[in-house]
Amino acid sequence: MATAQLTKSATSPMEKQEKSDLVYGLSMGSPAFLLLLIFLIGPFFAGFWFSFTNQRLISANPTEFVGARNYLRLVRMGVLPLEPLIDESTGQLQRDEQGQLVYERSRTYTRDEEKYPQYAGLTEWFTLDLGPTRYVVLAADPIFMRSLVNNFFFAIVVIPLQTAIGLLLALVVTQKLRGENFFRTMYFAPVVTSMVVVATVWRYLYDVNNGLVNAMIQAASFGLIQPVNWLGDPGVAMWAIIIMSVWQGAGFQMMLFVAGLQQIPEERYEAASIDGANAWQKFLYITLPGLRNVMVFNFIIITIAAFQLFDQVLVMTNGGPDNATSTVVFHMFKNGFREQDIAYASTIAVVFFLIILFINYLQRRVTKTGETV
Amino acid sequence: MTTIQPTISPASKETRKVITAALKYIPLLFLLFFFTFPLLFMIASSFKGSNQQIFADLRSFRAFLPVGDVSLDNFKFVFENSNFPRYLLNSVIISAITILLSIIINSLAAYALSRLKWPGQKLILAIIIATLIIPGQATLMPLLLLVANLPSISFAEGLTITKGWLDTYHVMIVPFVASAFSIFLFYQFFLELPKDLDEAAMVDGATRFQIFYKIIVPISGPVFATVAILTFIASWNTFLWPIMTIQSDELRPVMVGLQFFFQQNVQWGQVMAYSTLITIPVLLFFFIFQNAFVKSIATTGIKG
Repeated sequence: MATAQLTKSATSPMEKQEKSDLVYGLSMGSPAFLLLLIFLIGPFFAGFWFSFTNQRLISANPTEFVGARNYLRLVRMGVLPLEPLIDESTGQLQRDEQGQLVYERSRTYTRDEEKYPQYAGLTEWFTLDLGPTRYVVLAADPIFMRSLVNNFFFAIVVIPLQTAIGLLLALVVTQKLRGENFFRTMYFAPVVTSMVVVATVWRYLYDVNNGLVNAMIQAASFGLIQPVNWLGDPGVAMWAIIIMSVWQGAGFQMMLFVAGLQQIPEERYEAASIDGANAWQKFLYITLPGLRNVMVFNFIIITIAAFQLFDQVLVMTNGGPDNATSTVVFHMFKNGFREQDIAYASTIAVVFFLIILFINYLQRRVTKTGETV
Repeated sequence: MTTIQPTISPASKETRKVITAALKYIPLLFLLFFFTFPLLFMIASSFKGSNQQIFADLRSFRAFLPVGDVSLDNFKFVFENSNFPRYLLNSVIISAITILLSIIINSLAAYALSRLKWPGQKLILAIIIATLIIPGQATLMPLLLLVANLPSISFAEGLTITKGWLDTYHVMIVPFVASAFSIFLFYQFFLELPKDLDEAAMVDGATRFQIFYKIIVPISGPVFATVAILTFIASWNTFLWPIMTIQSDELRPVMVGLQFFFQQNVQWGQVMAYSTLITIPVLLFFFIFQNAFVKSIATTGIKG
């Protein structure tokens, strides 16, 4: 709008130039603009709409507007406080063989719609014991909640780890040694390799009985460390995926850091040497501040990639064991494609998008305030 | 390290220098091992005959070496008993067309946005930058529904229009040709080129199209290489989308074909041979264009 008004008040040759540029601008740009509109922006807004309907991939019935039902199905939660059961004959608290207190099962409440309508449709997510009372946290879709937690855990570990390893790699390949280009290329090789191939190979490396990773750990520890069930143990599986993902992605961060290191003027290091700074001080006071922009860029792209975690999960664990490696995108895939429930998958996508938007906003704020300080 | 004892003779000083230099390579070599061992293992195992042999070799460094009962049987099996040649052809067709269309239309759009002035330009630029944040998977389901309902034109028996793009080549190409990220990369690069280039040519009476392909394109090699590499990696490695949209075996790209080997009695040598075969093209493509890639990613990464 503002541009249009400016054109009117501009001088006539300029106006002519801009008019012919409009023709060229639109003719050159419209193929890309139209394709983006049809295949990106269109589906994006369609997703918003579907999340308020009962849209399915293939359905005989017409699509209906259902309000916020999908959102309730996704994010509704409740807390059910349970008191320990009392043995009627003794009047004492009941205990099982291990001496633990005994509680009613949450199912008696969630399955009884008449007596407890507030708990209907919810399932147990996890429990929390505070004193003798047990609080059962219920969720309409506990697998989604679990996936969300998994995603955050993955991001919190991977963001600093991958940034640090990427920086380390960049530092070792910029020492002006012979053959650095070769090393750089080799460190980058996993990035260009397909995640499906990488995940297939690693699935095998992680094998509990014959896997290479366990063999190497045992050799390095002289047999002290017992074989780890990398992909089968719910407590370990996410770590296995983290290690593999960092291995695959760190090369990209390296490339960005290498580019950033080349932008830092050599004179700064020379001046610091004259002032008697040691290597660590140079790193702390010249290298790190000089890499600030690259660092921010890296943070943002790793975060977005971390929340898109999917291929590895599909190939290596299929979300298991016990949903320990399920992620938001995996959950979306399961509902949208396997169950053909486009409406529910779109709801997950909308929530997913809002989360990314929020994190991005936070990161921008944090890095902005960092600039002014 | 740098303090040299007065007692040391010149010869040992020389040795010392060599040792210090060699020491610097230790972390490089250690990291080299860490970042390549799965790939080395993949390649080495692809030559090995039986699962037992691969498992047995895991106890030593033989896992990374093509030793023992080594043959090309696995590769032969992949070529003869799976549909690999067809999958390969499909992937080459899909990737080549996607790259070609992608570098053309995205660079044109970026040129229009970076070096021309027209009403609405700023708004469109802002929208494109905003779409960068939309994660690909967030639009996947509506996109699937969309392509399932788009009209398909074929000339097989005269002109026929059928509903749905599912199970076609173009469903794997057209939705991914325009890319906000590619436009952004081109945009950043074109913005840096001196303005006089266009103005001088304008005075000589060149049209915008002529300026673009005679002046801008020839000096923008690095960014074209970068977009080509990124588009190739994305297109070649795409996995989820073809699973969702492709039914017939003749249209499957290479990544989806890997599933063929995960039936009963998985022969790991064959899996590794197939994995090696589908990984080599991307590695080669990257090796060829890597210098341009590094140069161009440098300029974008820092400003982003």
